[in-house]
Amino acid sequence: MFKWLHPYAKPETVYRLCGRFYPWLMLSGVALLALGNIWGLAFTPPDYQQGDSYRIIHIHVPSAIMSMGTYSAMAIAAFIALVWQVKVAQWSVTAIAPIGAVYTAIALITGMAWGKPMWGTWWVWDARLTSELILLFLYLGVIALSGAFSDRQTGAKAASLLAVIGVINLPVIHFSVEWWNTLHQGASITKFAKPSIDPSMLWPLLISILAFKVLMLALVCLRLRTAILQNEQHRPWVKALVEE
Amino acid sequence: MRPIFTVVDSQILVITPQPYPVPTDELLLHGAGLCCIRQDRVLFEQLDFRVHAGELVQIAGKNGAGKSSLLRILAALVAPDDGSLYYRQQPLTAVASDYAANLCYIGHQSGIHEQLTALENLSFWRSASGIAKADDFALLAELGLAGLEDIPCRMLSAGQQRRVSLARLWFTRRQLWILDEPFTALDQTAIAMLQQHFAEHLQQGGAIVLTTHQNLSMAFTRQTTLELAYRW
Amino acid sequence: MVALSTFVQRELRLLARQKADWLNPVLFFVIVLSLFPLGVGPEPNLLRLMAPGIVWIAALLSVLLAAERLFKDDYRNGVVEQLVAARQPLLSFVLAKLFTNWLSTGLPLVLLSPLVALLLSINSAEFVAMLLTLLLGTPLLSLLSVMGAALTVSADKGGILLALLILPLYIPLLIFASSAMEAAAMGLPYHGQLAIMLAMLLFAMALIPLAVISALKLNVS
Repeated sequence: MFKWLHPYAKPETVYRLCGRFYPWLMLSGVALLALGNIWGLAFTPPDYQQGDSYRIIHIHVPSAIMSMGTYSAMAIAAFIALVWQVKVAQWSVTAIAPIGAVYTAIALITGMAWGKPMWGTWWVWDARLTSELILLFLYLGVIALSGAFSDRQTGAKAASLLAVIGVINLPVIHFSVEWWNTLHQGASITKFAKPSIDPSMLWPLLISILAFKVLMLALVCLRLRTAILQNEQHRPWVKALVEE
Repeated sequence: MRPIFTVVDSQILVITPQPYPVPTDELLLHGAGLCCIRQDRVLFEQLDFRVHAGELVQIAGKNGAGKSSLLRILAALVAPDDGSLYYRQQPLTAVASDYAANLCYIGHQSGIHEQLTALENLSFWRSASGIAKADDFALLAELGLAGLEDIPCRMLSAGQQRRVSLARLWFTRRQLWILDEPFTALDQTAIAMLQQHFAEHLQQGGAIVLTTHQNLSMAFTRQTTLELAYRW
Repeated sequence: MVALSTFVQRELRLLARQKADWLNPVLFFVIVLSLFPLGVGPEPNLLRLMAPGIVWIAALLSVLLAAERLFKDDYRNGVVEQLVAARQPLLSFVLAKLFTNWLSTGLPLVLLSPLVALLLSINSAEFVAMLLTLLLGTPLLSLLSVMGAALTVSADKGGILLALLILPLYIPLLIFASSAMEAAAMGLPYHGQLAIMLAMLLFAMALIPLAVISALKLNVS
């Protein structure tokens, strides 16, 4: 299996593959996002309890899901980078991190905006919001570490190691925050926990989640291509590419 | 246990012969098609590099030509950007521990902690190389550091610090020495002494890779010079 | 395992010669603790209520402060590089660093805890809880900080970067340690929290030396 995969670890191959996938991913991502969000924001019936303010889930939920999904993608890349010393995997860690950080920030901001009408305040120390905030710190740590070295390669390796350490810690952090939250029963409201969702609201939500996922892939392709060009600028194939 | 070295007279230190388990002339280290890229600059590429037992390889070149980077690749600190290394005909990645156990690398920085005395630094490196006991006092005296054993190294001159750092070459039993600018800051006597010691090491089947700006004043039986050109 | 005792001896010698390296963080701990009453008011009940958080945040900051310089000297003078090239002694070096780092920064905090109890008007039951959490928690704190220091040893900007890397990893410890102290204040049992802290410590002791070694390797490459 590894033998079969190995040719795909060549920067040149990855560059061309990303180039081929990127337009399709971007196009379908934007189309899905438009479909899901317009449907969800404009054409679904209002919630009987929350009125129109629940509609933010069409942005909040997909970005929250993808903030964690992106972290696991980054950790898998980091693991490959550490174990097999695949350079493309190292570069993908630094390529993925900012995208995940932006998703996390979107999830936090929309979460706060949703909290204002629901809880009457912008911020409560709710388990999920807190976990999301810590996740943002983890992303920022990876980004800051990758940029902290004069040698780009060292930065990418250090960021990979930190991402793996982070993913080992993530379950511990998550469960301790959850436990802490049940201990300090404050203003947290669990009414979003298991609300049965109406199919008319579910479909646009699922489409939005898919759209966020596809967009993430498209952006990773774009950023990885840039990273490959930056790191391989002295290789003959890049020179040939520039001259074309 | 046999003594590692004995003091014959006050000037010359003689190593008791410790034959290596290999015949001389064996190809110890082979780098094939080595390439190194630092800070987006190609320092060298398609470089072939061979070190045999009993051979001294001098790497010459301008500042920034990649001499230290090559040494760091040879010491397995950095993976080459292209090409591969072989230790005794086997890929280095497969025999990394064997290789490290047979290697003495002294880099551009001396490895001397300024807050520790010469004696403490020396005995630290001695036990780090796995040698239990030796007469550190006699060795330091040999290297012209008599009376300076017990002051922190920050009080010593650059040349004296370098001598403390190189002192471990007198007790190490490693076959391959990789030395980055070993003659820096040393005076003429120390340079002569060090080269004499190199000759003894080579005679016993050891191998040395070093970078230096100055030409070696002594002729070694088997000496190769590799000139690295500065590339933009 | 190459002569672990030699490496420990070397670190202890260095600590004896560079006293500021470990005295300053301890002093910092005391100063931060004495700033809190000035900030929130000297009301004993309020201080008692806030004590768990105050103690553990001050401990974190002082351990981080001490860890930052841990590998800097040995990186600059080439010891780290030459030990990485030699491979075999690296584990002993890292273990010696970890042990002496706790000895010089974690242990003083444990020893200072009676003073902390006085400053923050803590009663004896809470004091025992604080002592136990500090005994279990400071080694973990020290392990995490050393890992951060190893990751950033060749970085251009240290300081705040180290804090950013370590803070999220430190949160579980903060939660369980302060909750144990709160439980003690309410007269509840806190074995559970201590057991979890011990589990986290053992887990970290198994994995963090390896992480430190690979961090040092990538920093000299």
